[in-house]
Amino acid sequence: MIRDPDTLQAFVSQLRRFVEERLIPREAEVAETDRIPPDIVSEMREMGLFGMSIPEDFGGLGLTMEEEVTVAFEFGRTSPAFRSLVGTNNGIGSQGIVIDGTPEQKAYYLPRLASGEIVGSFALTEPDVGSDAGSLRTNARRVDGGYVINGTKRYITNAPHAGLFTVFARTDPDSKHAGGVSAFLVDGGTPGLKIGKIDKKMGQKGAHTADVIFEDCFVPESALLGGRENVGFKTAMKVLDRGRLHIGAVCVGVAYRLIEESLRYAMDRKQFGQPISEFQLVQAMLADSRTEAYAGKAMVLETARRKDLGENVATDAACCKLFCSEMVGRVADRAVQIHGGAGYIAEYAVERFYRDVRLFRIYEGTSQIQQLVIARNMVKEARA
Amino acid sequence: MKILVPVKRVVDYNVKIRVRPDGSGVELANVKMSMNPFDEIAVEEAIRLKEKGKATEIVAVSIGPAQSAETIRTALAMGADRGILVRTDQTVEPLAVAKILKAIIANENPGLVIMGKQAIDDDANQTGQMLGALIGWAQGTFASKVELGEGTVDVTREVDGGLQTVSLKLPAIVTTDLRLNEPRYASLPNIMKAKKKPLDETSAEALGVDLSPRLKVIKTAEPPVRQAGVKVGSIADLVAKLKNEAGVL
Repeated sequence: MIRDPDTLQAFVSQLRRFVEERLIPREAEVAETDRIPPDIVSEMREMGLFGMSIPEDFGGLGLTMEEEVTVAFEFGRTSPAFRSLVGTNNGIGSQGIVIDGTPEQKAYYLPRLASGEIVGSFALTEPDVGSDAGSLRTNARRVDGGYVINGTKRYITNAPHAGLFTVFARTDPDSKHAGGVSAFLVDGGTPGLKIGKIDKKMGQKGAHTADVIFEDCFVPESALLGGRENVGFKTAMKVLDRGRLHIGAVCVGVAYRLIEESLRYAMDRKQFGQPISEFQLVQAMLADSRTEAYAGKAMVLETARRKDLGENVATDAACCKLFCSEMVGRVADRAVQIHGGAGYIAEYAVERFYRDVRLFRIYEGTSQIQQLVIARNMVKEARA
Repeated sequence: MKILVPVKRVVDYNVKIRVRPDGSGVELANVKMSMNPFDEIAVEEAIRLKEKGKATEIVAVSIGPAQSAETIRTALAMGADRGILVRTDQTVEPLAVAKILKAIIANENPGLVIMGKQAIDDDANQTGQMLGALIGWAQGTFASKVELGEGTVDVTREVDGGLQTVSLKLPAIVTTDLRLNEPRYASLPNIMKAKKKPLDETSAEALGVDLSPRLKVIKTAEPPVRQAGVKVGSIADLVAKLKNEAGVL
């Protein structure tokens, strides 16, 4: 936890330079080779980027939510693939342990996640299970000394690199709802755990997802997250607010980058004897994008501050995720439009970002799921 | 061995410099300030020597207003061990800086001073040389490579027409050129640790140095806006213009 504006500012300006000087020049290479260069990975480790949200007692930085989103605004200014590599360690890949882990689980895994020695992965989604996590098929059968896990997980972010999987599996075969689900901490390389082929995605090249297959995968009793059965789904729900605010902040960062790219292009590109930034219809697009990005930034910061004060921000975190992910979609669309023909050419960053940002409206809860969460909470509060 | 690294707080290299309307200098209000990039290279070089076990302590010094402490903190976050701020709100010329550094060297007894060859604000490129003259140490300026030996340091210098390597007896002064190294980024854990590293404050008076300027700035002006060129119709035209108008042939 920094809780000191000077130190936070010092870090944010270092990160800004790192993004500017090291990451942005490598974006095209990452997209082309579909991998993050190892030298960049080790620099990200050295800067402490894997452990931002892990408590200081466990070797992380213990950033407050406000500090984390401030960092994400900066980190968002480059390809989402870079952030994705550290994203799970700071979010769903570690927060389950931070919130509900036993002291032994925390002491064993958190320092490794914080340093980036291992990458954490969150294995909830299945071929037939997305947001309806209650209908989970993967099961964990109790055996002598532990559990045997069977099932398939899909689109698991960072699975090909993960040293730790937080796996959600049904421990109560009779239950048909979320209550019968438990979370397990499964080490990468455990016999019976297989990683599928890397998925071919529309964008975010360099960030990898894959199937994770469990075939009679034995894990010891100590792998049960928090040492308690049938509370796994509750754990999953607890990490969501943080993740939604984080994604909202990343969307804001990408939006500002797209606006910078658009403005630079518009001031440079001449038509009819003047830069296209002088034309009012182009100005309207720039102004709309800037306004929306600012609105997103303001709501993310406000919600993050309130979360740090201990308020329940479940509804507003969903609002942030919904608005910011849709907002950056519109900003990316305008960025391509402002670039004209050039915006459709892969040489320009906006073409890549246009595809990259599409995912933001889908993962960590689709826009439609956010709408449901928001409206249901509204009704619930009105009834209470 | 102790290494002394002077670091200067200057306008950030990304900022577009604007001249004050009255021509008295450049606008500094609400302008982002950072460590002089050549000084960052100096800090990095010192840290590398320490990492190789060839130096034991790195002391970062800055001369300037209270905010120069931030610049020292940046050096500490990169890996320097402690800082000394010589606090003053006056304009400090290279000669005054060299005198202050001389006084600090008398207190600290470093085996090596590594500093930027120049600061990107006034581009004076004088302090290292003046310091060398004042204390009578050997100097290796514009370093692109520094090799520490036993009681000596070999400095490869970027000079007009190529590279020159000089072997200096320690203690010595090295000023850094751009290609010496690529400075590291300070990590957040190190930025937080830097808060706890010692940072002493002193003043020019305490060190017995008179800061009053020896130079007078008469005028500061923006560089003239570049004029549009002309197209010539033929090579003969070009030669005629070069001969008669430009006077270069």
